Amino acid sequence: MEMLSGAEMVVRALQDEGVEYIFGYPGGAVLHIYDALFQQDKVNHILVRHEQAATHAADGYARSTGKPGVVLVTSGPGATNAITGIATAFMDSIPMVVLSGQVRSDWIGDDAFQETDMIGLSRPIVKHSFMVRDPSQIPEMVKKAFYIASTGRPGPVLIDIPKDHTAPNKTFPYEYPKKVKMRSYMPVSRGHTGQIRKAVDELLKAKRPVIYSGGGVVQGGASEALTAVARKLNYPVTNTLMGLGAYPGTDKQFLGMLGMHGTYEANMSMHNADVILAAGARLDDRVTNDAKKFCPGAKIIHIDIDPASISKNVTAHIPIVGPVKQVLEEMLTMIDEHDSGPDHKSLERWWQEIDGWRQVHGLRYEVNENGPMKPQQVVQALYKATNGEAFVTSDVGQHQMFAAQYYLYDRPRQWINSGGLGTMGFGLPAAMGVQFAYPDGVVACVTGEGSIQMNIQELSTCLQYGLPIKIININNQALGMVRQWQDMQYGGRHSQSYMESLPDFVKLAESYGHVGMLVDKFEDLQPAMDEAFALKDRLVFMDIYVDSTEHVYPMHIADGAMRDMWLSKTERT
Amino acid sequence: MRRIISILMENEPGALSRVVGLFSQRGYNIETLTVAPTEDDTLSRLTMTTTGDDKKIEQITKHLNKLIEVVKLVDLTEGAHIEREIMLMKVKATGAQRAEVKRTVDIFRGQIVDVTSTVYTVQLTGTTDKLEAFINAVGEAQVLEVVRSGVSGISRGEKVLSL
Repeated sequence: MEMLSGAEMVVRALQDEGVEYIFGYPGGAVLHIYDALFQQDKVNHILVRHEQAATHAADGYARSTGKPGVVLVTSGPGATNAITGIATAFMDSIPMVVLSGQVRSDWIGDDAFQETDMIGLSRPIVKHSFMVRDPSQIPEMVKKAFYIASTGRPGPVLIDIPKDHTAPNKTFPYEYPKKVKMRSYMPVSRGHTGQIRKAVDELLKAKRPVIYSGGGVVQGGASEALTAVARKLNYPVTNTLMGLGAYPGTDKQFLGMLGMHGTYEANMSMHNADVILAAGARLDDRVTNDAKKFCPGAKIIHIDIDPASISKNVTAHIPIVGPVKQVLEEMLTMIDEHDSGPDHKSLERWWQEIDGWRQVHGLRYEVNENGPMKPQQVVQALYKATNGEAFVTSDVGQHQMFAAQYYLYDRPRQWINSGGLGTMGFGLPAAMGVQFAYPDGVVACVTGEGSIQMNIQELSTCLQYGLPIKIININNQALGMVRQWQDMQYGGRHSQSYMESLPDFVKLAESYGHVGMLVDKFEDLQPAMDEAFALKDRLVFMDIYVDSTEHVYPMHIADGAMRDMWLSKTERT
Repeated sequence: MRRIISILMENEPGALSRVVGLFSQRGYNIETLTVAPTEDDTLSRLTMTTTGDDKKIEQITKHLNKLIEVVKLVDLTEGAHIEREIMLMKVKATGAQRAEVKRTVDIFRGQIVDVTSTVYTVQLTGTTDKLEAFINAVGEAQVLEVVRSGVSGISRGEKVLSL
């Protein structure tokens, strides 16, 4: 058997796992691993400028491909800097494997230089973690880490590696396990057929049905199955923020996003539904508004791979624990073979009612004829410039909601954002991960002047690797979402939500070796956008000044039901 | 409602911290906790008592089951079961109290396991209720120190928690 050092085993195991890219930053505790990386060319290491960006880039890679993202950081500050990115991946169930260096094993607990208890620090935000106690464990641990990260409900897995266990002078027999079996981890592989049958019976009896699908449909590769079920039944579909693209955004059965900033028709349909098929969604607080007032007349069918998601916030009448793809496929077969079909008469009335809600045009907004442009206009110009086909990553805040509402996503994995944790600074590094996965893909990062400054150093990484990302900086000179809440709930007192002393983003982009563009007039918007996307091999930073007083609507009225919404600053339901 | 949850988990470093961490992270309450190896040295058995309504207990057991190192668990309070806790207690034993404490220990079927001229050390086994009844009977003023093991439990009959 081949004899390898611990460091060589780490790298070889990544090769054997088929890892293309590893995002990281070197430091003392991982120098042996970096030396082993240097001496091979199968796993490409991407050097970021901050460990948080390494995790977000790996995350963007994972979200856009479905393959686990891989991160390598050193001990101490390297590891703690990675925490936010790990938590981001955890909240959105993204497969990720994080390798963190640790001080040598005989120093652990001595407050050694750059020592931190990474296993302890990361415990609540990982699916699982391992500490290497002997180098011979490395191949199996890596195999298990990838297995756990990418099966069941996916999530980040951490391997903490003390430096002495990677030392080059000690070698061990290497064999990468072909399979892994764990008596304590057996993810569900099929939904319960009896439950699925009950669900189909209920679905076919529905008079006012809604299909509500979430990130699990995207992650579980179930978009086709979901679309097939929805089309077969002609039932309306709404997606969560995480589920956008799971059902085509331009389809006539699509109601738009639901929830806090969901469309009027999506939220009204949910509130008035009699049967809701929740697929790969977790009925979280951004969707339900007050869970006690959630969809009072609805029977809820809930498909989720994670039993703990079912009946956590809202009780499910028909719970189905299983992979959403397999469950939906089985549903489709049962619908085909069922002796009754959907109730067409009721459905026709239901669609008429929905069309009435659509007439309210909840996403309307007022255009300033001579004043500053509106952020919504920017997203619509982006949609036009990219023909609706770009990968869009976003940061967090108003621009994120506008990008979710006004860009219509037709494919799963096209829309990439931090939905659960809501991490500002996610957008640019996530876009890097996407661009590595799709070198010829069009990648836009919709951000704001607040969020972009949280990981702006990555402009340097983008130059090093020639990533032609288009950064759409919707610059309202304010922390827009904070300001919106301050307007609505704090008497307009804008405590610390004003962005003073902004850099000249055009010069900043140029100093990083990229193209910068300033847009402050609406008539320049579309031409500038088209020009930016025509520069296929350059990163373009578009600094676009917009109205700082704009709010995102519709917006749920706090502690109300799904139907309780603000539709503008003055109109409410 | 009070529940006794008994868990078989991998006997690995850090496994206990995941269980305990889960409780603090999700705002669940641990009243007692006891953990020790089993006849299979790759497994530990952990028993805890907690309180909550059915919904909360369901979430607790689901989240515990999600922990990679948890192999199996059972809510013992769902069926007939035996629960025991062991208590060691130092009691003032002077003057008339000396005989009184001895009588109380006998009534509760405890044992005096150490003696000085002024102190008895009492060992008592039983359910949590019984131990509390004993403390009340002796009277808090007499009690110098109490140490309790936390609840251990096992189901009645032929049902076993094993792999």
